[in-house]
Amino acid sequence: MNTSSAFSTTVLEIDAGRVANEIEEGIREIVLRRLRRKGAIVGLSGGIDSSVTAALCARALGKDRVLGVLMPEDESSQDSLLLANLLADAIGISTVVENIGPTLEALGCYRHRDEAIRKVIPEYRTGWKSKIVLPNLVEGSYYQIFSVVAQSPDGEMRRARLTPDAYLGIVAATNFKQRTRKMLEYYHADRLWYAVAGTPNRLEYALGFFVKNGDGAADFKPIAHLYKTQVYDLGKFLGVPEEILRRPPTTDTYSLEQSQEEFYFSLPLDKMDLCLYGKNAGVSAAEVGAAIGLTAEQVKHVFASIDSKLKATVYLQSSPQLIEPVPEAREAGN
Amino acid sequence: MQQIEQEVRQFVVDNFVRTAGNGDFSNQDSFLETGLVDSMGIMNLVEFVREKFSIIIENEELVPENWDSVQQVAEFVRSKVGMATQREEG
Repeated sequence: MNTSSAFSTTVLEIDAGRVANEIEEGIREIVLRRLRRKGAIVGLSGGIDSSVTAALCARALGKDRVLGVLMPEDESSQDSLLLANLLADAIGISTVVENIGPTLEALGCYRHRDEAIRKVIPEYRTGWKSKIVLPNLVEGSYYQIFSVVAQSPDGEMRRARLTPDAYLGIVAATNFKQRTRKMLEYYHADRLWYAVAGTPNRLEYALGFFVKNGDGAADFKPIAHLYKTQVYDLGKFLGVPEEILRRPPTTDTYSLEQSQEEFYFSLPLDKMDLCLYGKNAGVSAAEVGAAIGLTAEQVKHVFASIDSKLKATVYLQSSPQLIEPVPEAREAGN
Repeated sequence: MQQIEQEVRQFVVDNFVRTAGNGDFSNQDSFLETGLVDSMGIMNLVEFVREKFSIIIENEELVPENWDSVQQVAEFVRSKVGMATQREEG
C-alpha cells in the first residue's frame, strides 16, 4: 500500500454540507449582527459563483430576504439572463432586471473602448466584436502581454498585441460595466436596508480577478475562501441547476465569447486551483505538476505568474490609505 | 557605455526606479528578481523599444532571455537592428 502523503487532486475535496452550514452561520453573523442589515443583494450573472452565493444567502437569511439583481447590457450573452432566472426560480428568490446598456452608452463605455481598440486595429468599427486574451501560460515562458482579437461583421478575424495605452484604455472603458452594476446593487441595498454580497471565489479574490470599486466592492464575500472546484461541489449540494454547473466560466464582459482562462488565468481553473493550493502549502512544482499532468518547468511558470498577480492585487485590495490613523473611526467587527 | 544600453537604462530609471527601486542596479541585474519591472512595466518597455529603435517584435520574442536586464534588452535590439541591416544589404 502506498502510504506516502503525495500531493493529489483530492486535496480540495470538501464535506459540502458542513461547509454550507459554516458559511450560512457566518452570513447571519456578518449581515444581521455586525452590519445590522436585514437581508442581502446578489448580482446574478448566471454563473456558478453568484448562483452559489445567492443560494447560501437564501438558506442563511430566508429566501424572502434576498434580492437577485440581473444587469444585462448590449454585449451580454443571452444565456446570462436565462440562467440567472433559472437560478432565482430554483431557490425561490425575487429578482429585478436592470438593463445597464443605455447607462453604459451615455458614459461612453463602448465608444471609449472602440477608440482604444482602433489604436492597434485601425479598421475596427461599431458592429465588430472583440475580446482581449493572454498567451497560454504553459506553452512557454512568454511574458503575459494581452492581445485584442476582433471579428468584423462578415466574420473576418484580426489579432493585435496591445500597446500600453490601448490596453489601459480598453480596461478603463470596460470597467464601467462592473462599476455601473455595483452602483445599482447599492441602490437596491440602500432602499431595502440590505447588505451587498460579493461573489468572488478564492482564485478571483487572491489573484485580483476583479475591478476595484466594481465587482470588488461588497459588504461581505461569503465564498472568497473557496477554490473554484469547491464552489462547484457546493453548487451541486445546494441544488444549483445543471445548466449553470455545466456552463464554462466566462467574463461576459467582451462582445466576443471569452473564457476566464484566456482572459486572466491562462490555465484551466481546476489546474489553477491546485497550483494555488500547492503553492500556498509549500508543495514543490514537480509534485504539483505530477498531480495535474504538467512538467515542473510549466508549474514554475504558473507559480511565477501567481506571484506577479499577488503583487498586482495589493493595489486592488487596498482600502483608502491614510497619512495618519484615525482611531475613532470604527469598522464592523472592531 | 554603449548608446543602446544608455537609452534603455534611462527609460528604466525614468519609468520604474521611482516606484520600485533606488537607482542602484547594474545592467546585468534581473528585472524580475529585483522587482524593478512588473507585468505592466514589461508592456511599457516593449513599446518603448519598438518605437525608439523602429523594430518589429514578435510574440515569440517576448521571453525573459530578451527582456530581463538592460544588457539583454540592448543585445536583443542589436540583434534585431543587425538583422534589418543585413536584409537591406542583401
